[in-house]
Amino acid sequence: MVNKKPASVPQPPSTQSTELLRELVAHLSEHRTQLREEWASRITEAQLLTAMTKDEIFAEATSVYDNYVEALATGTLEALQSYSRNLSERIIPRGVETHEVVGIVLLLRDVLARSLFAKYQGDFTKLNRILDAYEPAANRIANTVAVGFVQERERVIRQQQEAIRELSTPVLQVRERLLILPIIGVIDPQRARQLTEQLLRGIRTNRAKVVVIDITGVAAMDATVANHLVQTVEASRLLGATVIVTGLSPEIALTIVNIGVDLGKMNTVGDLQGGIEQAERLLGYKVIPVEEATAAA
Amino acid sequence: MPDDIRVLIRSNLDIVTARQEGRTLAARTGFSATDVTLIATAISELARNIVSYAGQGEIVLRLAEGTNSRGVMIVSRDSGPGIRSVDDAMRDGYSTSGGLGLGLPGVRRLVDEFFIESVPGRGTTIRVTKWLR
Amino acid sequence: MEVPILKQGRYLIATIQAALSDEDLLHLRRALLERVIQFRSRGVIVDVTALDVMDSFATRTLRDITYMIRLRGADTVIVGIQPEVAFAMVQLGLTLEGVATALDLEEGLAHLERRARSSS
Ligand SMILES: Nc1ncnc2c1ncn2[C@@H]1O[C@H](COP(=O)(O)OP(=O)(O)OP(=O)(O)O)[C@@H](O)[C@H]1O
Ligand SMILES: [Mg+2]
Repeated sequence: MVNKKPASVPQPPSTQSTELLRELVAHLSEHRTQLREEWASRITEAQLLTAMTKDEIFAEATSVYDNYVEALATGTLEALQSYSRNLSERIIPRGVETHEVVGIVLLLRDVLARSLFAKYQGDFTKLNRILDAYEPAANRIANTVAVGFVQERERVIRQQQEAIRELSTPVLQVRERLLILPIIGVIDPQRARQLTEQLLRGIRTNRAKVVVIDITGVAAMDATVANHLVQTVEASRLLGATVIVTGLSPEIALTIVNIGVDLGKMNTVGDLQGGIEQAERLLGYKVIPVEEATAAA
Repeated sequence: MPDDIRVLIRSNLDIVTARQEGRTLAARTGFSATDVTLIATAISELARNIVSYAGQGEIVLRLAEGTNSRGVMIVSRDSGPGIRSVDDAMRDGYSTSGGLGLGLPGVRRLVDEFFIESVPGRGTTIRVTKWLR
Repeated sequence: MEVPILKQGRYLIATIQAALSDEDLLHLRRALLERVIQFRSRGVIVDVTALDVMDSFATRTLRDITYMIRLRGADTVIVGIQPEVAFAMVQLGLTLEGVATALDLEEGLAHLERRARSSS
C-alpha cells in the first residue's frame, strides 16, 4: 500500500510556470500516440519488463502515460498513486523487479524530455523554462511510481516470509482435541509471537482441549521470550485449553522463575512422552476423574 | 493534518466508536488481525480513562509515517484533573478507582512507542504508536 | 444493545451480541444475578464469541459477575474468547484468574455438567 496522504506536486509558484505546464500538457496530449509508441519500444529495447508480452507492455504504457499527463495537468498524484499501486499488485507476482519499474518511468521521462528538445530547439530560453517546469514534476512522478512499487513489493515479501515461518512451526494434532507444538531452535520475540498466534488459532480450529508445548529443542530463552511462553499458556487457557509444557531445561526454568512467574501455576512435565500421557488423562482416556485433573491444572 | 480521525469522548458509547474507527484505520494500514485487536484494545483503555477520570476529551487517530515503516498513532487528550504521579500510574495494579490498574501499563505493552504528559489541574495527553512489523 | 439471556434447564446462557457499551455490561450483571436467584440456576454461560475487544473494564465486570454468581452457589463459565482477543488480553495483563473458560457453548455446558456431578 502506498501512503495515504493526499499527495500533490509542489505547486509551481508563478502563473508563468503554470502556463508553461499547460503548454507542456497540450504538447503531450497532442503527440500521445507517437510518444507512447516510442516509449513502449524503448522499453522493449532496454529489455525491461521481459516477463510481459508486447501487448501487455503497450497497454500498461498507455495507462501510465495517461496518468502521467494527468498528474502533470492537475498537479495531484492521487490517481497516479492508486494506478501504480494497482499496477504493482498485478506485476509483482510475475516477477517484475524494482529496477525495471524505475527504469521504465525514467525512460518515459527521457522520451518526453527529448520531444521537448525537438519541439523547442529553436528557442533555448523557452526550452530552459519548459524544462524547469517539467523536471521537478517529472521527478516527483517517477518517485511516486517507484515508491509505490517498492512498498507493494515489501508488503508481498513480508507476507511470503510469514507464510514460510508458519510452515516451519507446525502445530500437530496427535489425536482428537490434543495439539502438540514442538518448538525447535532459536526463538526470538517475533517468532515467539508467531508461534503463539498460530497455536491460538490452532486451538480454535481443532477445538483442542489440551496442548503440549515441547521445548526440549530450545537451547536458551531470554526473559522476553520466556514471558511470551507464559503469555501463550495464559492465552490458551482463556480459549479454554489446558497447556502442558514439557522439556523445560533447568536454565529456562530459572529464567521463568526470574521473571516472577510461579512455576507451580504452570503445568510442567519432564518429557514429551510424559506430557502426552498426562494430556490423555486430562482428556479422560484413563480412569481419572476429569474434574480433579482440570482443577489441578 | 487532513488524515486525522477525531473522536470526541464524552460517554462510554464514544469508546465503542473510537475503537471501531481505530480498527478500520489499522486494517487499512495493513495490520494483521491480531494487531488490529491490540490497537483497538489500546484505544479502549485510553478512551475509558478519559471517561472515568476526565469526563471528556478526544481520541485522535492518524497514520504514522516512519523512515522505513508505517503505523498508526493514537493520541488521547483531555483537560481533566491530570495524573499526580505518572510513575505510579504506569505501574501494574495502581488504580485510584478500584480498577485493575492495568490500563496504562497494559497499553504500553501493546504498542511500540508510548509517550505521556500529564499536568495536575491541566490535563493529560498520551501518544502511542504501533508500527507495522 | 441488551444481552439476551436464555434459560436452558438449570443453566442460563447469555450471548453477547456485539460491541458492548458499559451500560450493557452492567445491565447484564444485574440481569444475570436476578435470573440466577429467580430460577435457582446451577450454572451460567457467558458467550463472548462476538466480542472483538476485551478491555480491563469488560474483564473486571465478567470477573465480578462470576464472583457474585458464585456467592449464589452457581458456577459461571466464559466461552468463546477469540484468539486475537485472548492475545491482547494477556499482553494487557488480564488473565481472568479464578474464572472458568471454555472453547464454546458445548464445552461450556460440559464443564458445568462436570461441576454439577462432582459437587452432588
Ligand atoms: N486521563 C486521565 N486523567 C486523570 N487520571 C488518569 C487518567 N488516566 C489514568 N489516570 C490515573 O491513572 C491511574 C491508572 O490508570 P489505569 O488505566 O492504568 O488503571 P485504572 O483505570 O485505575 O484501572 P483499569 O484501567 O485497569 O480498569 C488511574 O487510576 C487514574 O488515577
Ligand atoms: Mg484505566
